Amino acid sequence: MIRAEGLQKRFGQTVALAGVDLDVPRGAILGVLGPNGAGKTTAVRILTTLSKPDAGTASVAGHDVVREPQAVQRSIGVTAQDATVDGLLTGRQNLVMVGRLSGLRRADARARAGELLAQFDLSDAADRVLNGYSGGMRRRLDLAAGLVTRPPVLFLDEPTTGLDPTSRVRMWDVIRGLVTDGVTLLLTTQYLDEADELADRIVVIDHGRVIAEGTSAELKTATGGARLEVTLSAPTPDAAVALQPFVSGPVHVSHDGRRLRAPVRTVSGLATTVVRALDAAGISVDDVEVHQPSLDDVFFSLTGHPSVPDDEVEPDDHPVRLDVEAVPS
Amino acid sequence: MTATALAPPVGTRSPRAPGLVRRLCDVLSLTGRNLVHIAREPLQLSDVTVQPVLFTLLFVYVFGAGVVLPGGQTYADFAIAGLLALNLTTSSMGTAVGLSTDLNSGVIDRFRTLPMWRPAVLVSRSVADLLTASLCALIVGVTGLCIGWRPSGGAASIAAGFAIFLLFAYAISWGCACLGMVSKGPESAQGIGLVILFPLAIVSNALVPTQRMPPPLRAVADWNPVSAVTSAARTLWHDPNPSSTIHAWPMQHPVEASLLWCAFLLVVFAPLATVLYRRRTSE
Repeated sequence: MIRAEGLQKRFGQTVALAGVDLDVPRGAILGVLGPNGAGKTTAVRILTTLSKPDAGTASVAGHDVVREPQAVQRSIGVTAQDATVDGLLTGRQNLVMVGRLSGLRRADARARAGELLAQFDLSDAADRVLNGYSGGMRRRLDLAAGLVTRPPVLFLDEPTTGLDPTSRVRMWDVIRGLVTDGVTLLLTTQYLDEADELADRIVVIDHGRVIAEGTSAELKTATGGARLEVTLSAPTPDAAVALQPFVSGPVHVSHDGRRLRAPVRTVSGLATTVVRALDAAGISVDDVEVHQPSLDDVFFSLTGHPSVPDDEVEPDDHPVRLDVEAVPS
Repeated sequence: MTATALAPPVGTRSPRAPGLVRRLCDVLSLTGRNLVHIAREPLQLSDVTVQPVLFTLLFVYVFGAGVVLPGGQTYADFAIAGLLALNLTTSSMGTAVGLSTDLNSGVIDRFRTLPMWRPAVLVSRSVADLLTASLCALIVGVTGLCIGWRPSGGAASIAAGFAIFLLFAYAISWGCACLGMVSKGPESAQGIGLVILFPLAIVSNALVPTQRMPPPLRAVADWNPVSAVTSAARTLWHDPNPSSTIHAWPMQHPVEASLLWCAFLLVVFAPLATVLYRRRTSE
């Protein structure tokens, strides 16, 4: 449904895209993950006909984005990173206008606007001017504006950037609801948990290139296995030995001798097995945890730098604590 | 809140209508949007409501006191056509400012991802500005009537005078659209607009007869489209028109000159605006 081959784009000396391939089958959700400036928005702008590639081709719903922009425009809904709704119009006026400009008859545009306002919990604010909306409401209206014509392909460019945690989770619910019905969705995000939550497949972009691709699980596996953490009731030197059969690397023991950490390969029932083995050795356990690697770990191992540079993002905008601390060995 | 499942695209969407009807619909939708903007921020309209009244009163009572017209006619009779020209010319800056504001906001991206007629953004802006220009003309006219201006020559003639003014306002609004497209933001559009439009309106026969201007300035004034339009209205309204004795062709044939100027401005600036818009909105 969405296909891109060798997309390249430069702005002056800056290379925004250095050859990006994407392929999203009908009904799939692709998460395009990358830090600020990775080229995500440029890719979305090309796919939504806002920008022309310097090289490469792209098609959406079977139509070439450069040669048949209007055919593409009739198949897509777009929610861009910047607000693309009119701040001086009411919520309802915005949606009716988008409907009319998409070719709906007036009555249909009005009916559809009413439906969307109700669906996005904006009925009460429908006739208020947008400048009085909260950030979350504005984003929801922006998303609604992209859905007016029930497009089969949706592009959401960083749909939750800048939202508070509650609004974010609410937006996720809305997005999940959209994709239950065979809509093809391309979603960009800098938030690893967001891609993990919403996407079937994830493409990781950095410096205008795709550096990894796969399901969330595949990416995590590619980065290395899970990690076992055991907390003992009291320091027990034998514990490290007792763990040896289950781990895939050296066991690290903390200074106080109570916490043990080691890389493991995840197998079903691992925690039970570990507790039983320690119990059999007469070792009392307070806590056992098997940590799956986070996508932050994935990003770090792929690029060698954290997903979101600390100096570019305010702490409040940081929904995911970066957990890039490597397992000591 | 649970988002109900999206139905597949259904027949609510009219099949791609043949060009013209669809284009008109797009223009109307966006004109409606521009008018809502005005209703939302009525102060935006001050340049076509408060300013015309203020200018008319100031010029007639302050400047009028010092201008002696041949034949002892009143300055108010002379000045109303000129004040219409002045107000309509300077308020066309609104086109530049409005377009520039749009171009610098995200909403233009929304329009660009919709399967609409792209020039509708420009055309709707010019239509909305024609409506505000009409309001401006009405206000100057009524103010004039209140202070003693009495046009004559019959209803058709009077209407023709206003029509020429509105056509002129429409034509220069396309020039201002170009300005809006090349300027970085609304503030610079306003700044540049003032520098171009104010001299254009002043170096003309709008507010004073051109006869006593220094020769180079007078040559400019006599060929200025603002002078042609002002002269045309004065002729049609039987208002005092000192320019009628000037030999320059536009002053001898002000109606024809006005129509030619308007046609020229439209032929040059409407296509240029379309090209500039395309360039400004493509990457």
